[in-house]
Amino acid sequence: MSDFSAEGGHGAVPVSDVPVRPESAHVRADWPLYEVFLRGKRGLNHVHVGSLHAADPQMALRHARDLYTRRNEGVSIWVVAAADITASSPDEKDPFFAPSGDKVYRHPTFYEIPDDVPHM
Amino acid sequence: MTAVPEATELQAHFDQTLEHSRRIEPRDWVPDKYRATMIRQIAQHAHSEIIGMQPEGNWITRAPSLRRKAILIAKVQDEAGHGMYLYSAAETLGADRADLTEKLISGRQKYSSIFNYPTLSYADVGVIGWLVDGAAICNQVPLCRSSYGPYARAMVRICKEESFHQRQGYELLLTMMRGTDAQRQMVQDATNRFWWPSLMMFGPPDDASPNTAQSMAWGIKRHTNDELRQRFVDMTVPQADKLGVTLPDPELAWNDERGHYDFGAVDWDEFKAVVSGNGPCNAQRIARRQAAHEDGAWVREAALAHAAKAPAVHSAEEHAR
Repeated sequence: MSDFSAEGGHGAVPVSDVPVRPESAHVRADWPLYEVFLRGKRGLNHVHVGSLHAADPQMALRHARDLYTRRNEGVSIWVVAAADITASSPDEKDPFFAPSGDKVYRHPTFYEIPDDVPHM
Repeated sequence: MTAVPEATELQAHFDQTLEHSRRIEPRDWVPDKYRATMIRQIAQHAHSEIIGMQPEGNWITRAPSLRRKAILIAKVQDEAGHGMYLYSAAETLGADRADLTEKLISGRQKYSSIFNYPTLSYADVGVIGWLVDGAAICNQVPLCRSSYGPYARAMVRICKEESFHQRQGYELLLTMMRGTDAQRQMVQDATNRFWWPSLMMFGPPDDASPNTAQSMAWGIKRHTNDELRQRFVDMTVPQADKLGVTLPDPELAWNDERGHYDFGAVDWDEFKAVVSGNGPCNAQRIARRQAAHEDGAWVREAALAHAAKAPAVHSAEEHAR
C-alpha cells in the first residue's frame, strides 16, 4: 500500500509509486506554450501571470482572456511564445549582476547632505 | 565562462534560500527529490481540479433556476481554470502537459478521493461547496506560502476564487433549509454522505504520514494533516448549527480542556479503497476524462494545421505599446 498525504489542495493523494518523469515519446506534440502578461488597470505595467498552451497567438490571447481574466483582472493582455523569451541564467546570477553590486554611488543615500538643506 | 558549481555548493544555496523563507523559482537548482515531490504534488492537485468538474457538472443541466445554473457553470469553469494554473506551474519544473494528461488517464497519477463519490441530489452541489471546498480552503490557504514560487502564486489566485465556491454552496443550502421538509431532508442526507469523505481529504493521521516531516522541512507543507483536520472541524461545527443540520458523528463534542471539538475515528480502510480505485465512481470519472481527451483530439490537430497554414497575424504589435 502506498503512502498518502494531503499535500495538494483537494486533499489526500498517494505520494509513493507515482511516476513524475515525462515520457514524451508516448505523447503527440502538444500546442506550443505561451507566457501571459496582464495589465491590471490603466497606469500599471503588464505583469507575468502564468502560461498556457495554444495553437497560435490569436488563440493564446483568447485562452488568456478566459483563463486569467474571469473576474476583470485585466484591461490588456500580452502573450509571448515561451520559446521566444531570452532569460538570464540563474547559474551565473552572481557574476551577471555583479556590475551593479559595487556601485553604491548610484543610490541617493550614498551622498551626505546636511540636515538643514531644504527640499533635498 | 563560469565554472559549474559543485553539487554541495548548489545544495547549500538551496538550503539557504529555504532558511531565509525565500521562494524557489523555476530555473533554480533544486534537489531531484524536491523536483519530483513538487511535480507530483502540483500534478495531482491539478488532476483533482480537472476531475472535480465532473461531480458538480452532473447538475448543470438540472439546476433549478437560471441563476443557479449560471453560478454552477461559473464554478465548474473555475475548477477548469484552477487545473490550468496548476498544470502551468508543474510545467515550470520540466513536466509536460500532454504527458501529465496521459498519466491521469492511465491511472498512474491520482486525484483526490473525494471526487469518486457520486452527486445524488442537487443538495450535493451545496454541500460540496460548503464542506468539500471548505476543506480545500483549509488545505490551500497555507499553500499560498509554499516554497515553490509558481505554485504559491497559483494558490493565491485559486484561494480568492474558492471563497466564492464555498459561499455559493452555503447560500444554496440556507435557501433549501428555508424550503420544504423534503428539501431539508435532502440537505441532511447530502451532509451525511459528504461529512466523512471531507474529513478524509486531510489525509491519514500524522503518525501514519511518514512524508510530512520532509515536506514541512522543504516548506511545501505548512501544517500536519491532523492540525488541518481539527481546524476544519472547529470551523464547520458552528456553520452546521447555523444551517440547522446535524453532522453525522455521535462523538462530536466540544472539549473545553483542549479548546477544540473532539470527533470520531475516520474509516481509513474506506479511504484507501476509494483512492486506489474502488470508490463508487472511479471508473466513470476516468472514462469521462479519457473520452473528452479523445473527442477533442481532432480539434487540437485541426487548430495546429490551421496555425501552420496561416502566418500569424501580428496584431499584438499594434496593441503592445
